[in-house]
Amino acid sequence: MTDTIAIGTADRKDAKTGTVAANRALAGPRVNGKAVVMTLYLVFLMLPIYWLVNMSLKTNTEITSGLTLWPRQITFDNYIRIFTDQSWYSGYINSLTYVVINTVLSISFALPAAYAFSRYRFLGDKHLFFWLLTNRMAPPAVFALPFFNLYSAIGLFDTPWAVALAHCLFNIPLAVWILEGFMSGVPREIDETAAIDGYSFPRFFVKIFMPLIASGIGVAAFFCFMFSWVELLLARTLTTVNAKPIAATMTRTISASGMDWGMLAAAGVLTIVPGALVIWFVRNYIAKGFALGRV
Amino acid sequence: MTKTLNNKAWFLVLPVFAIVAFSAVLPLMTVVNYSVQDTFGNNQFFWNGIGWFQELLDPSKELGGRFFEALWRTLLFSAIILAIEIPLGILVALSMPREGWTVALCLVLMALPLLIPWNVVGTIWQVFARGDIGLLGWVVNHLGIDYNYTGDALDAWATIIVMDVWHWTSLVALLCYAGLKSIPDAYYQAARIDGASRWAVFRTIQLPKMRRVLLIAVLLRFMDSFMIYTEPFVLTGGGPGNATTFLSIDLVKLALGQFDLGKAAALSLVYNLIILAICWVFYTVMTNVDADRERVEA
Repeated sequence: MTDTIAIGTADRKDAKTGTVAANRALAGPRVNGKAVVMTLYLVFLMLPIYWLVNMSLKTNTEITSGLTLWPRQITFDNYIRIFTDQSWYSGYINSLTYVVINTVLSISFALPAAYAFSRYRFLGDKHLFFWLLTNRMAPPAVFALPFFNLYSAIGLFDTPWAVALAHCLFNIPLAVWILEGFMSGVPREIDETAAIDGYSFPRFFVKIFMPLIASGIGVAAFFCFMFSWVELLLARTLTTVNAKPIAATMTRTISASGMDWGMLAAAGVLTIVPGALVIWFVRNYIAKGFALGRV
Repeated sequence: MTKTLNNKAWFLVLPVFAIVAFSAVLPLMTVVNYSVQDTFGNNQFFWNGIGWFQELLDPSKELGGRFFEALWRTLLFSAIILAIEIPLGILVALSMPREGWTVALCLVLMALPLLIPWNVVGTIWQVFARGDIGLLGWVVNHLGIDYNYTGDALDAWATIIVMDVWHWTSLVALLCYAGLKSIPDAYYQAARIDGASRWAVFRTIQLPKMRRVLLIAVLLRFMDSFMIYTEPFVLTGGGPGNATTFLSIDLVKLALGQFDLGKAAALSLVYNLIILAICWVFYTVMTNVDADRERVEA
């Protein structure tokens, strides 16, 4: 409301002084331009996804026989086959298992460390922080083979734990980074007051401090979930049968008799669903979270 | 905020240190170990000293030539990606609606590509860009442009770049949006009173406020595009020929395809060092920006 009034005044002032160009840049057409850019961008984002959903509802004959913008005969066969075939849906369970283990591990390890980084100086703190960050930047391709050897040697190969631990490599540094940002925003007087009030450190941390940075924990968990869910190179290298992630199961459709496009599309759509649900829950924190709590 | 010196803080950091060291240092030592040895199979290894590194860094050798080709390819890819995604991301962030239910809708739709598993991203575009059953390929072909991403190197590059823009521009946009949100309304009102043009508002208010998040965006986008593997691997498999064989695809081919462990390990280490060096530059710049800001605020 204030916005429109302000622009309105600007209009009149500009009309008087004759700076029509500046007025134009500030008011009227800009609003339309914004909407156009946004709409175009969202259409660009949604088109490939629409095409995937479209394909997942078609039969293979319809897919290969010609281009149709919507399914002529809607079929849910592809989805039904995924939900009834154990080798398919166990892929989802495997993926979700290691993603959840990884998120819990990353957050619980990162919390105390982030507190230390945000509150204290200590021997080698800057170097340690940088070293942690470099692990976020290390290419997974470098680690694929050594991880394979390592987890085979300790008997974790083909378990969700192997993947969860491997993903800690890049998720823990990220979680420390995000949480440190949020924690630095909490004044340290709160720590001191709690200490004077007789809170022990663990009690203070759980009862007082963690609720204060709850949104930060949520954001960090969201990021851990996201990067563990989307990563495949390590997840595929470290599993064969028992813990195989859904995204790796998808490649099966290629080797079957010809290409089973409908199944591939349906499986793809189903891998988008958990992400979409998670985004919906954290939508109000997304913007702040993407800035890692540092705006 | 002034921090107190307390070396006991190490106890709080110790668990993270232990688990990351387990996941990072142990495997890295395996890589170092492989990089100085040669193998003829049967788990028999022979000392090879710095032989692999010499071969890798010498462009006239087969391995070296291959390495530098993949390196330039990857750097070119990262440069193109940054040149497109950063300005586009800023533009999208500036176009975000101010309030109302559309904000949440835009945020959710924008974040969606970020949460799709990377090989599914590859699959989506593989299907979407096909000439026979994909919307994009079909439309482009029917516009009279001969387009085939599996056969033509340029088409393959274009497809991968469009795919990456589709996949990651939202990250830049969301970061910039977070930066923009932190600007108080008073700044804009002051600009209006001064009769500042749209461009002046952007140059003097919005861009400086976005500097920090932009730095994070550039850092993340550079690193992730520099180590991109899954999406192009699914889409083109590094082809046609070697046209889209980026460093990490080449590395996995060497290590898991040909089982040339020594060469792959040497490549891994050099690859890691490059990333480490660039990461260090970014980190230094970032801490300096932080220090500047703290000095201004103090």
